[in-house]
Amino acid sequence: MLAFTLRRVLQAIGVMIVVGALSFTMFRFAGDPISQIVSQDASSAERAEIRKSLGLDDPVLVQFGRYFINAARFDFGMSYRFREPVAKLLLERMPATLELATCATVLAMTLGILLGVYTALRRNSFLATLLSAVSLIGISLPTFLIGILLIYLFAVVLGWLPSYGRGDTVRLGWWTTGLLTTSGLKSLIMPSITLGLFQMTLIMRLVRAEMLEVLRTDYIRFARARGLTTRAIHFGHALKNTLVPVITVAGLQFGSVIAFAIITETVFQWPGMGLLFVQAVQNVDIPIMAAYLLVVSLIFVTINLIVDILYTLVDPRLHAGAARRT
Amino acid sequence: MTEPVLSVRDLRVEFDSRRGTLRAIDGVSFEIARGEVLGVVGESGAGKSVTGAAVIGLIDPPGRIAGGEIKLSGRRIDDLPPEELRRIRGKRIGVIFQDPLTSLNPLYRIGDQLTETIRTHLPLSPSAARQRAIDLLAEVGIPAPEKRIDAYPHEFSGGMRQRVVIALAICAEPELIIADEPTTALDVSVQAQIIALIKRLGRDHGTAVMLVTHDMGVIAETCDRVAVMYSGRIAEIGPVRDVVQEPLHPYAKGLMGAIPTLAGDAPRLAQIPGAMPRLSAIPPGCAFHPRCDYAFGRCRIERPEPLQHGTQQVACHLFDAHSTEHAA
Ligand SMILES: Nc1ncnc2c1ncn2[C@@H]1O[C@H](COP(=O)(O)OP(=O)(O)OP(=O)(O)O)[C@@H](O)[C@H]1O
Ligand code: SF4
Ligand SMILES: [Mg+2]
Repeated sequence: MLAFTLRRVLQAIGVMIVVGALSFTMFRFAGDPISQIVSQDASSAERAEIRKSLGLDDPVLVQFGRYFINAARFDFGMSYRFREPVAKLLLERMPATLELATCATVLAMTLGILLGVYTALRRNSFLATLLSAVSLIGISLPTFLIGILLIYLFAVVLGWLPSYGRGDTVRLGWWTTGLLTTSGLKSLIMPSITLGLFQMTLIMRLVRAEMLEVLRTDYIRFARARGLTTRAIHFGHALKNTLVPVITVAGLQFGSVIAFAIITETVFQWPGMGLLFVQAVQNVDIPIMAAYLLVVSLIFVTINLIVDILYTLVDPRLHAGAARRT
Repeated sequence: MTEPVLSVRDLRVEFDSRRGTLRAIDGVSFEIARGEVLGVVGESGAGKSVTGAAVIGLIDPPGRIAGGEIKLSGRRIDDLPPEELRRIRGKRIGVIFQDPLTSLNPLYRIGDQLTETIRTHLPLSPSAARQRAIDLLAEVGIPAPEKRIDAYPHEFSGGMRQRVVIALAICAEPELIIADEPTTALDVSVQAQIIALIKRLGRDHGTAVMLVTHDMGVIAETCDRVAVMYSGRIAEIGPVRDVVQEPLHPYAKGLMGAIPTLAGDAPRLAQIPGAMPRLSAIPPGCAFHPRCDYAFGRCRIERPEPLQHGTQQVACHLFDAHSTEHAA
């Protein structure tokens, strides 16, 4: 188990080095950083001076090493546009994105599992058929369209919910949260639905398929032959076996939820990392783009790592398998 | 005391399919007495498993029991509401399936699966149920049961897993055990042990056993009576000695020819040419007639009903008084 964990951690570090190289390439070679910093009419002597002071004359490998060491200390350089450390900007925006992504995931998991179990157990009922059909639409509608439709209905027509922003936030140390104010919670509703809808339909369909699969297995048949109650079979044996792969997928999806948040954050002007990234693209603010890539990848890789380790903990067969393999 | 534990009368099971209704079991009748082991043999698809499933009320749609009656210790059970049937399953009828590798839920400790079943059927506290689970594991021959109870199924060998399955089947002292090919998926080396265990448990507890198997050796050694099934019907049923040594039905003769006899006389019908008809294409008259060496005119038209002949019951026109002129 320990060896398995160690190996996975090493793999994760390997992935991060590759992403770091990508991010560095983008940082260093996408456009000339000097021309972003100095004014149009600066002399070439001035440019050379700045180039030297920024270490841009050093060999590429030295630069990469320096970039990497800095990045490991969450020093991503200065934003061209905001003239502030990129790390500070990202850190300010991170709580908004993480709260949104978490809310969306919790929503998607809860509803997805409930509806998935329902449609599997009552698969011939009218409602289950309807839900399955609607879920197909949910999976194929683009996120921004859903967001705009929601805004139109609940913000413009009904006026129940704010159409953009995060509402009032409360400071907890460096973290700002919208979860403690009414306006913050209200603002969270539509973006969470927009962001979580795709995952929800995905999870619902996955749960349904897995559950139907599990219900056909021999051990469920044997559980019935043992006279266990329908409830114990469906919500004990069948659900537990269904949830192992589902939780894995849902956990792995959390990374893409954060990545997809770019669109949702743009539609709702949600002040998170995604919006910062989109603005950085518009302004060709390369350090922010490079840092965003690194931070989101780090979240991705960390989640994969945690899910993998949890998975082996939940499934005793893998547990033993991992132990035996070492 | 003369009441049989299981009594099946004229059972019919049908499956509705797009191409009409298929009759998988067509008029099966048999009884099993207390402490008796009834062997059930027959080619694949003969209806052995479906018969077992019907007894425990686990025929899933599109299948259904279309007729007949099933009595457990004199009380009819085939018409009970699902919830009452559920309470009989696992409590009064224990079931053992073919593949112990897939019968147990891989994510539950075997102790949890045992105590869950025990507490479903018996009013025991968790600790009493756990103690009972340990005793059961000891009874089915699992070494160090107080340690092994917390293991997961994958930590057991196939034979040990089947012992766990057997412990699950007997955990509420059932009157009847239905074992559907309990050794087919196991190593040859442990098959005999598992059969011996089932036989011993049946004897010790006076349990009636319905043992489905393809192994004629097991039938000869273990069973008191044997039923030979063909195409959803019982071709012949009777005491093991008689059916094995002097089978009457031509199909049973063919099957028994496959057992090496001590006398060493070469069996004439070691195997029966042809295959059992599919449910959608069961021939009229005797379903066996296209493969039967003894078939005559009546076999193609009229279905033979089971008739008593000595100790055996045979469904074959050869043994019908009306056609004595054809008797072998
Ligand atoms: N769910 C089902 N739907 C349709 N037909 C079925 C179903 N289950 C069983 N049957 C049919 O019922 C017949 C009897 O099947 P059964 O499983 O009882 O055979 P068996 O004697 O146990 O054979 P085996 O030795 O292969 O286990 C077969 O023809 C089979 O095709
Ligand atoms: S009834 Fe006729 S066809 Fe059927 S087994 Fe007897 S002799 Fe053969
Ligand atoms: Mg079978």
